[in-house]
Amino acid sequence: MRIRRAGDRGLLVETGDPHRLHAAVRAAGLPGVLDVVPGERTVLITTAGDPGRLAERLPGLPLPEQAAGDAPPVQIPVVYDGADLAEVAELTGLSPEEVVARHTAAEYTVAYLGFSPGFGYLTGLPAELRVPRRDSPRTAVPAGAVAIAGPYAAVYPAPSPGGWRLLGRTDLALWDVTRDPPSLLRPGARVRFVADAS
Amino acid sequence: MIEVVRPGPLATVQDLGRAGLAHLGVPGSGAADARALRLANRLVGNAEACAGVEFTFGGAALRFHSPAWIAVTGAPLPVRVDGRAHGMNAPCHVPAGAVLELGIPSQGLRSYLAVRGGLAVEPVLGSRSTDLLSGLGPAPLSPGDRLPIGPARGLADITVDVAPTPGFPDEPVLHVLPGPRDDWFTPDALETLTSAPYEASSESNRVGVRLQGSALARARDGELSSEGMVTGALQVPPNGLPILFLADHPTTGGYPVIAVVASADLPLAAQLRPGQTVRFRCAGGAGAGGRSPR
Repeated sequence: MRIRRAGDRGLLVETGDPHRLHAAVRAAGLPGVLDVVPGERTVLITTAGDPGRLAERLPGLPLPEQAAGDAPPVQIPVVYDGADLAEVAELTGLSPEEVVARHTAAEYTVAYLGFSPGFGYLTGLPAELRVPRRDSPRTAVPAGAVAIAGPYAAVYPAPSPGGWRLLGRTDLALWDVTRDPPSLLRPGARVRFVADAS
Repeated sequence: MIEVVRPGPLATVQDLGRAGLAHLGVPGSGAADARALRLANRLVGNAEACAGVEFTFGGAALRFHSPAWIAVTGAPLPVRVDGRAHGMNAPCHVPAGAVLELGIPSQGLRSYLAVRGGLAVEPVLGSRSTDLLSGLGPAPLSPGDRLPIGPARGLADITVDVAPTPGFPDEPVLHVLPGPRDDWFTPDALETLTSAPYEASSESNRVGVRLQGSALARARDGELSSEGMVTGALQVPPNGLPILFLADHPTTGGYPVIAVVASADLPLAAQLRPGQTVRFRCAGGAGAGGRSPR
């Protein structure tokens, strides 16, 4: 664990296991803590108090066995009719059916959220499905679009511009401000995609 | 109830934002110059976290359909109630039917209106703030919008006539703490940042202030893995020109942050006008909390 200062109200902690540290900081209920934000290899902690004092507490925190507890994977039903499915097949040398088979066979983990509320960057994408982003991003990607880019898979929680390759769509609400928590995906959660024939 | 006659270039409802949801990708949002909104609320006896209006470059007119006590703070501009001039940073009574007009600020960028009782628009995820990055909260104000006012029962009495406020420097100096990724830059980069003048670009908004000036050189190639971002972060994209993150900044980012503006100087950062020159200085001494533990 290496602790870096992020201004006078924050600490950026480099760690090999952001999800367990994230869970540990939340569980500890440390006074003054405002936000705990996992990144790919870090956890950012912001505080209303003294970051120096907070930094002293971190190394002693007990880490939970696993970040997501025993929660089963979030199942996301997908209709694989995405605009880029054929292109992804071409880029990977697979058939569209094989792309779908590999996308549904893998188990993913929500590495972190960002870009927009509820947008989870999912790791665990099979190496043979790694494709670059589109050269020119779409100005509008619909909510529920299931997409891949580089080492990540994701589902667009709301309509937005986007350069990821679209494999399909889901009816599941990834983001709903009237729900608590509003985001279906949380850092550290496990995810599976299930082909929906309908 | 308040009716928007004219919002000016950009007016949004703001309170102190949505802390605690950044891990779900929700920006903190809230008043860009939170100090000014807090003061406006105190002046009318509100809790500091009540929702008010953040005006950008003034130029607004609001009709009050019920009488209200108000205060205007932040970037100094002419305040008129039915044509009669009133001072900034002071409680002011607006009779029913009167029109509040805000002129153009002579300095600074963002002015704040608090109304005794607070604006009672529907909260989203615990806040009434408009988040322009993610579209949460009410849309920016447009002509004809109606803003409900909350109850004034049980509020503190209005006791202050006028509050002294710090001036607006022509060339603000923002204090920074190096890091968390200063080691991604050449030693000269931090020296450049804290000695050369920078100019706030016209591309700036509530997400961040884009700065023009000397590019900051990286000491290493490669991509940083995405990590959490704080308000005040000076994030440096590949062109070397820093972006100073304000209230609606994204929760995570993949460009290294060379330094972070001290929280006490965030109000000054939020008041930078396009074209204005700003300077950065390393925060002296140990400061609150001491040096970065490494």
